Amino acid sequence: MPPENFLEIRDLNFAYDKRPILRGINMSIPKGQVVAIMGGSGCGKTTLLRLIGGQIRPTQGYVQFDGRIVHELGRSDLYETRRKMGMLFQFGALFTDLSVYDNVAFQMREHTDLPESLIRDLVLMKLDAVGLRGARDLMPNELSGGMARRVALARTIALDPMLIMYDEPFTGLDPISLGVIGNLIRKLNDALGASSIVVTHDVQESLQIVDYVYFVSEGVIVAHGTPDEIRSSKTPFVHQFIHGEIDGPVPFHYPSPPYLEDLQLESPHA
Amino acid sequence: MLDLLRKLGHTVIDAVWRLGYAGKFFFLTLIGSGISFRRFHLVVREIYYTGVRSLIIIIVSGLFVGMVLALQGYETLQRYGSSSALGVLVALALVRELGPVVSALLFASRAGSAITAEIGLMKATEQLSAMEMMAVDPISRVVAPRFWSGVISLPLLTAIFNAMGIFGGYLIGVVLIGVDEGSFWSQMQAGVDFREDIMNGVIKSFVFGIAVTLIAVFEGYDSPPTAEGVSGATTRTVVTSSLVILILDFVLTSFMFRGV
Repeated sequence: MPPENFLEIRDLNFAYDKRPILRGINMSIPKGQVVAIMGGSGCGKTTLLRLIGGQIRPTQGYVQFDGRIVHELGRSDLYETRRKMGMLFQFGALFTDLSVYDNVAFQMREHTDLPESLIRDLVLMKLDAVGLRGARDLMPNELSGGMARRVALARTIALDPMLIMYDEPFTGLDPISLGVIGNLIRKLNDALGASSIVVTHDVQESLQIVDYVYFVSEGVIVAHGTPDEIRSSKTPFVHQFIHGEIDGPVPFHYPSPPYLEDLQLESPHA
Repeated sequence: MLDLLRKLGHTVIDAVWRLGYAGKFFFLTLIGSGISFRRFHLVVREIYYTGVRSLIIIIVSGLFVGMVLALQGYETLQRYGSSSALGVLVALALVRELGPVVSALLFASRAGSAITAEIGLMKATEQLSAMEMMAVDPISRVVAPRFWSGVISLPLLTAIFNAMGIFGGYLIGVVLIGVDEGSFWSQMQAGVDFREDIMNGVIKSFVFGIAVTLIAVFEGYDSPPTAEGVSGATTRTVVTSSLVILILDFVLTSFMFRGV
């Protein structure tokens, strides 16, 4: 019987050259939910996705996906597990030497023996889901940022993954594209019966579409809850983050000696 | 002093480590080559980009190298009254030495740099990461087809370079200077040995093909994922391959040298 939380993260630690990036992360992601991981730039959010995908190994703790501990898997088992995951990279990471059509067909051709006529139907269905069936013959360099992200999304869901991970899906998009992507994340998740993890720092857009939010700051989870709980949160960090205040628990200034001392303006007689 | 020693030690360790990493990478590329041969169209596609697109520079250079060889060769040969040996001189110089070496140098700067830049940029734009997350191994899907395309292309390009060089030598020697056409071709036929001369040239170009393309794919795959990193890797590809070609050429030639 598959576990109810089909993604479990327990006491996860990760360090780069002894510099801790993530410390004691615990998360549970139930089937069917869209979960946001929020936090400032460089707080370790993307590292977390890479740990879930098994691209790097934790220094302590584990990620359990679909009943299996990701970092203990051998290469072929890991690849088999990854086929059940989809990941949308920050700027799409479309293969620049392939057309939109071939990008979406890529995984089908690599992992299945489906006849080309069936692949064609599937590709057109995926592209239709993101509204870009008409753009199938374009090359990635002919797409706008929002379109590229949508093509990448179609590619991500090509093999109907159980878990879809989004790395900063809203970065650098205009408000219309932003709304489109946000909507698609929710709609595709529900249509596929999958679970989604959205790593983002876009508060307003993501609070509208997700079921649960984790806040990460300096490598630890500082708060979590449903969007309503988060909106009314009194935690100073969450408050500062949601309201975009420039100073607070996350200081405006990078650690530095006192200003006057630095400018050598402090009088020796004072 | 101690600092200097430490830096030296670091540099040596880094270099050895990188060499070991390159060796492992080469091994992984060979292991991951199955897909390149099962789906040969992937290699053919790369042969178009590395080989076919290098044709112009190879043809033009071959022609001019042959023409210069004929001019220089004629000047020397006629001092000894043996200008009829011009054909064999041009052919031997090209087939044994200049063809493989100059083609490889041109190939390194034309195709090698392009391969490095392409793979480096694919890495910088997370395309390789994306591929890994799709459970597709970038070494067998991206690196191996490019590697084999280079190994296949370079010997063929060298053959074209040689043919163009001999044609250039003919144009200058026979058409322009007026060396006897019959002796130009017949001496060439008699003087060039298939096993000793042509095969040795083919072996050289094959070895250069492996070296240049391996350096190109490795530098691309290993490049730091930034604009600066990719440009540095591209430069290193051209510099390292050129040096390796010349060193390997010496090593191979000394093995092939029979001293008679």
